[in-house]
Formats: sequence, C-alpha cells, structure tokens
Amino acid sequence: MLTPRARLLVAVAALVGLLALRLPLWEVRLGAPQYPEGLGLRIFAHTVAGIKPNDLQNINGLNHYIGMKAIEPDAIPELRFMPWILGLLVATGVLVAARGSRRLLAGWLVAFALLGAVGLWDFWRWEHDYGHNLDMDQAIIVVPGMTYQPPLIGSKQLLNFTATAWPGAGAMALGISFLVAAGVLVASRPRREA
Amino acid sequence: MTHRSVLLPLVAAVVAACGAPQQGSLVTGDAAQRTYVPPGQHDELYAFMSGGFSGNVTVYGLPSGRLLKTVPVFSQFPENGYGYAEETKAMLETSYGFVPWDDTHHPQLSQTGGNADGRWLFINANNTPRIARLDLTTFETDEILEIPHAAGGHASPFVTPNSEYVVSAIRFSLPVPNKDVPIDTYKQSFKGSISFVKANEPGKMDIAFQILMPGYNYDLGRAGKGASEGWFFFTTYNSEQAYTKLELNASKNDKDVIAAVNWKRAEQCVADGKAKSVPSKYRHNHMDAATRTATSELRTSVKMLLPADCEGMLYFLPTPKSPHGVDVDPTGEYIVGGGKLASVIPVHSFSKMLKAIEAKAFDGELEGIPVLKYDAVLAGEVDKPGLGPLHTEFDGKGYAYTSMFISSEIVKWKLGTWEVVDRMPVYYSIGHLMIPGGDNVTPYGKYVVAMNKITKDRYLPTGGELTQSAQLIDITGDKMEMLLDFPTQGEPHYAQALPATLIKDKQVKFFSLADSKHPWVVRAESEAGVERRGKTVHVKMVAIRSHFAPDVIEGIEVGDTVLWHVTNVEQDWDILHGFAVLGMNNAEIILQPGETRTLKWVPQQAGVFPFYCTDFCSALHQEMQGYVRVGERGAGQALSARTSERAKTQQARAPKYAAPAAPAAHDHGHAKGEK
Repeated sequence: MLTPRARLLVAVAALVGLLALRLPLWEVRLGAPQYPEGLGLRIFAHTVAGIKPNDLQNINGLNHYIGMKAIEPDAIPELRFMPWILGLLVATGVLVAARGSRRLLAGWLVAFALLGAVGLWDFWRWEHDYGHNLDMDQAIIVVPGMTYQPPLIGSKQLLNFTATAWPGAGAMALGISFLVAAGVLVASRPRREA
Repeated sequence: MTHRSVLLPLVAAVVAACGAPQQGSLVTGDAAQRTYVPPGQHDELYAFMSGGFSGNVTVYGLPSGRLLKTVPVFSQFPENGYGYAEETKAMLETSYGFVPWDDTHHPQLSQTGGNADGRWLFINANNTPRIARLDLTTFETDEILEIPHAAGGHASPFVTPNSEYVVSAIRFSLPVPNKDVPIDTYKQSFKGSISFVKANEPGKMDIAFQILMPGYNYDLGRAGKGASEGWFFFTTYNSEQAYTKLELNASKNDKDVIAAVNWKRAEQCVADGKAKSVPSKYRHNHMDAATRTATSELRTSVKMLLPADCEGMLYFLPTPKSPHGVDVDPTGEYIVGGGKLASVIPVHSFSKMLKAIEAKAFDGELEGIPVLKYDAVLAGEVDKPGLGPLHTEFDGKGYAYTSMFISSEIVKWKLGTWEVVDRMPVYYSIGHLMIPGGDNVTPYGKYVVAMNKITKDRYLPTGGELTQSAQLIDITGDKMEMLLDFPTQGEPHYAQALPATLIKDKQVKFFSLADSKHPWVVRAESEAGVERRGKTVHVKMVAIRSHFAPDVIEGIEVGDTVLWHVTNVEQDWDILHGFAVLGMNNAEIILQPGETRTLKWVPQQAGVFPFYCTDFCSALHQEMQGYVRVGERGAGQALSARTSERAKTQQARAPKYAAPAAPAAHDHGHAKGEK
C-alpha cells in the first residue's frame, strides 16, 4: 500500500494531466526567408490552430502549391475523442490514488505509457499522410522524389521552409505527471530488511 | 612606382582649385556611419514630408533619408488606384466637383499634452482649401474636410496641444460669400477667414467656427502651448490690401501684423450664440473603416464670428516686413516672427502681450481690431541673423534654429539673449526646417532637417527640372554638423517627424475578411460570380495566390459598364494583388490583404481582353491572369463566368469564416443574368 503522502502525490500528478486539455501538446513552426515572423501550428487535444490568427489558413494556402491536403481540424477524428481519453486517464489516476495500490499504480503507468506511444505514432501517421499523400495533378511545384513530412521532433528543411517540431506545454505537463507518478512507484518499493 | 603616389597630388590640386575646402570642413568625418542604417535594421524616426505640388505625403526614415512610402492625399494616384477605384473617388469630391490634384504644404502630427502622439497626421491642400487626416496605423487618408469661404489654405493645419482643433487661415482674401464683383473693390468687398476645425474624433471633422478677418493675406500659424495654451498666432502680410503686383505693393508697410487669437474666448462667444450661421457649401469626405468605402457629404452652413462681436478674442502684434513663419517656443512664452524681408528676427513675449492687453497699450486699431504697441510686446530681436528669415524650430535646450531663404543657411540662436551662436550653410534656398518634435512642448531634438528649394549642382543633373532636397544636420553638439543630403519628391514645404517606436508596432497588417462590410466582398471562391443588372455587369472576383476566380468571363457587350469588385482574400501581411484589363481607360487597383476594391471598365470594342495581377504576388504570379470576352451590342452571348479547375479544387481550402452579414449573393455564380 502507498503512504498517504505518496497517494497525495499520485493524485496531484494525475490532476496535472488536466493541463493537457488546454495547453498545446505539440508545436510545429515554419520559417522561410519571406516569413521572418514565422508561421506555426499548435496541436491541442481537441483541435489544430495557428500560432497567429491566420497561420493555419496561410499554411494551407502555401501547401496547395505542393499538392498537400488542407489541414482541417474538423476532419481529424482523433481530435474528437482525445480529450475524453485524457480525461479518463486523469480520472483513473485519481482513483488509483484513492485506492492506494502499488499494483494499480503500476498498471496505470503502463496504460499511460502505451497511450503516449500510440498518440505519438498516430501523430507521426498523420504527418506521414500529409507529407506523402500528395495530389500530383494539383501540385504546382513538383520536385521529383520530394516528400514533405514534417519532423516529429527537431528540424527539417522542406523546400524554402525550415520546419521545427517540439512538444508543447501540454505534453510537458503529461511528462511531469508520468514522471512524478513513476517516482512514487519507485520510491514506494518494498525494502528488504538489512 | 604605385599609382597612388601619382594620384594624391593630383587630387589635392583639384580640391584646391574647386575651392572645396568649404565642403570638407562642413561634413564631419564619421557622417556616413551616423546616417548608415545597416540592411535589415530600422530607422530611428519616421519623417512625414509634404509632397508639395504632388498632392501627396512622403514618408522617410531618418537618419538614413530612405523613402519608405508615398501616401496619396489630394491627388489621384494611379500607382494604387486612389481616386480611380470607385471606393476612393468620393475622397476627392469638393463643392467645385471632383478635383484630381492639389498642393500639400504642412504635415502636422496630432498632439496630446503638446507632444506628437502618433495617432494621426493632418495636412492641408493649398489650392482648393481642405484638411486631410491620415491614420498612422494604415498610412492612408481617412478623412478630408473642405474649408468654405477660403482660397489658398496656407496657414494650415496647425494643431492645438491636445488636438482639439486644426486651423486653416487663408492666403487669398475673397468676397464672403464669394460673388461676382469688380476686383478693384478689394478693400470694401474682400475678407480673410480663419477656420477652427474640430479634429479630435476620426470621421467627425467639421468647421467649429470661422472668424471673419480683414482682407489681408494669412500666411502661417502656430498654437500657443504651456503658458500660452488657449491662444493661436497667425502671420499676415499684405496689410496694404493690394490686389495687383503684390511683390511690390504688398511690401510697402514697415510692419505687418501677427494676429493673436484667443480661441478659448472664441469658443465662449460661439457658446454664447454670438456667431452667425452663414450659408456655405463645403464637403466632408470620409473613408468608412468597415466598408473601406468613402462617402462625401455636402454641408451648407458654418458658424461665423465677427471680431467686433467677440471682444477680447483678437489682437494684432506689429511685426516687421511681411512675416512668414510664426513659431512658439516649447515654454509657450516666445512667439518668433519670420519677417522675410526684415533685417532682424522679432520675438514677442506672451506674458508682455497679456500685460499690454491689460494696460490697453494700443497703437490704434485696424478694422476695429486693437493693435498692440510693438515695444510693449517685444521680448527681443535677433540682430543681423542673415537674410530672409522664414521659419524657426526649437531643440528644447534653449536654442532656436531659423531658416534663412536668401542667405541659404540655418542660424542657431539663443532664446533670451537673442545672440547668434552658430550658422550652417545649406544648398540652396532653404524654406522650412524641421527638428523632430520641434513644435512640441518636449522636442525630440537630435537633428534638424533643411528642406531646400533649389539643388543646382548638388546631384547628378536630370535635365531642366532637378530634384529638391533635404539635408540632415546633427544638432547634439554646440556646432551643427552636416550629415547627409537626400532627394525629396515634389516640393516638401514642411515636414514633421516622430520616434518610430510611437507607431511602428501599431501597424494594421491586413484587413479582416470576417469583419469586412463591403457590399461586394467575397470571402470564398464559392461566392464569386457575375451578375447583370441592365447594362451594368457586376463581377465578384477573388484574388488569391495565384489565380483569379472567376478567370474566364463571357457575355459582356459593348455599351455595358463592367464593375470589377475584386477581393484579395489573403490574410497575411504584405501579400498584395493588383488588377488591370487591356485597354481600360482607368488606373489599376492594388488590393491590400482582405480588401475589396471596385474598378469601372466600359469596353469600347468587341474582342477578347486579358486581365492580370499587377503586383508580383507569388511564384506563379505570371500565371495569375484571365480573359473577358466582349461581343457587339446585341450579340446575345449568355453571361457566364468560369473558375479554373485548379481554383475549384482550392475551394475546399477556402477558409471557413463565420461571416457576419454575408451578402445574400451566393446564387449568382454561373451563367446567370441574361437580359
């Protein structure tokens, strides 16, 4: 069983995950000579939005030159159920804290890690789809062999744009949530008598 | 032997022969460094210069002297369609009809607490008197008010310390109201006028009141500030009331006058009902922010105050020899006259003026207006300042700088002691000079800019008409230091400048499509199309990188009037499109992002006419084109508009706007509207 202090820590860690419902999970920034002020997207649990008011529209406008599909948040089903999954994760984390079982905590952490991995894979899959699944009949700029998948993390040159992706504050919050809960699990392991 | 050793003595000989040491000593060694703004960096100051007979305002960066923009104000401007596009034509309406040109003289920045506040720039039209307001978030002319009972709106548009009023006093007296009279009845029939224009609410400029003045020529003005806030000072010449050969006949009197107007007193008299309503005809033109369309309204009456009906409002200060400029020092105590034919610079004291009024130290009166005794109001005279003093600005450190037209120099002198402390020759024939904030309570200082009328040999020659020029001079030290010459457009009479930080972060980068109330805005290609209303065809067109939609139009006939309503649906800074049609008897239109402009085209012959984007917008700019087919009258071709396949697929990308007040016009898409 977890000590009351450890249970409180787990509850707090789970609740920190709520921040991921409001803060961006991921940020993709685009820079080019003609865009000194930059363009960028923020991926939230529930939507994709431009960093500046018209960035999404302007990025879609530019992407039409290479035949890329428009990014339309309404057409991405994950954005509809991701908030519920995150909510469920937080709720079960609070329940684990209430029960105070180490085994449950371990199970919760495994589920957390799996969800994170699936989420990242899904994000990569979308990036891959946008970057490779181009409408070559409509593409105006055709560079043989060129694909336009933005990086999952780090920087990549895509024609005149440098695309840089980085976790957002929401993903940071989830990371902190996971690490604190994992720390509690490790610290609460049964100690052998000396 | 190297080349250098041969060349050096030769250069030295040439320099000596040309008498160039004069120049060498004037330009400081590190001048280039002090005016150099490296690529990608910004200037420290915006300078707004009148374009003079171009009718525009030009905007320069200082200290580099780089031209940043020409803002059209009183003249049609084919470069962007101002005065040609239907939305802008009303800006140039006057009671005389559409006036395509004027002569701008004096840029005046709006003020709060006596200092430039970066909200607006006012500028006057001299020929058909008007005052315009430019918005400094868009660098566009938003509002123009015509001044009735006026000709030669020269003493304008100087501002009161909190932008309550801008003024217009007139250079040419007229019969009021203007009527057909023998010109030799000048002394009986002709009157001057000073207009106070309510200025502190955009879109609501109006004549608050006019003061009917003796029939002299009113030249320049400045508001009192600090101690003298509530007063306004105007120079006059031609107190001789000559109407012919003024260069001689208006230069006879030993002294003319500066008119001191107590505008707070005038306000009181107007509030007390002492002003008469006088029938007038003048126009107020205003650009609506939501439709970005100008309207023009005729106004038919002004309140006019006669000096006799408002005692204590108006006094005359005798001032030597046809004074031109009148400038008030930062404290508001000193009123400097620029007697252009005088051998001194007279400086009046505001506090002495109040005492003289109190003591009734009058030297008679002119047309019932008390003339104060010269000695009773004079603070001092700057003796032997040079020839032809015109204008004075202040550095806020106790010094004044006066431009000398005839001796072609700037003279620096000390307020209070009236001693000349420095001189700087300028090339040539300086008119106004400008210190950033030089008319403010707290001048910014640092530089003085000379605006010269004549350049002769200063630049590479360009035929018979040469550039006019500005010269940038450092005034941070005891001695003025010449830094830079740069050419200017038209004739920059006056200029004002302010620190770039006051306005550079407030720029409107694009106009919001969602907020547009233009009746013909199209926010998406699905809303584009054509519509016939009798002999008028409306084309609702989208411009987006890199196509127009529609881009193929048929069914126009000779005798139709085609109104191209083009919307640039981009919502990104500095992504502009333009539009022009082969053979059109009109200027192009340039469209800022989110803007709708309408171009009128009346095709004169049958055929096929290409149109294209005139502002290089994107990599596929050269592909941004279309065709319109025009048949003979009665050809009977159905009106149709096609959007290219590529454009159609882009409709899916069109931004989804929660469009407020979207016009119910979705149905005139294709092949509609046969007669």
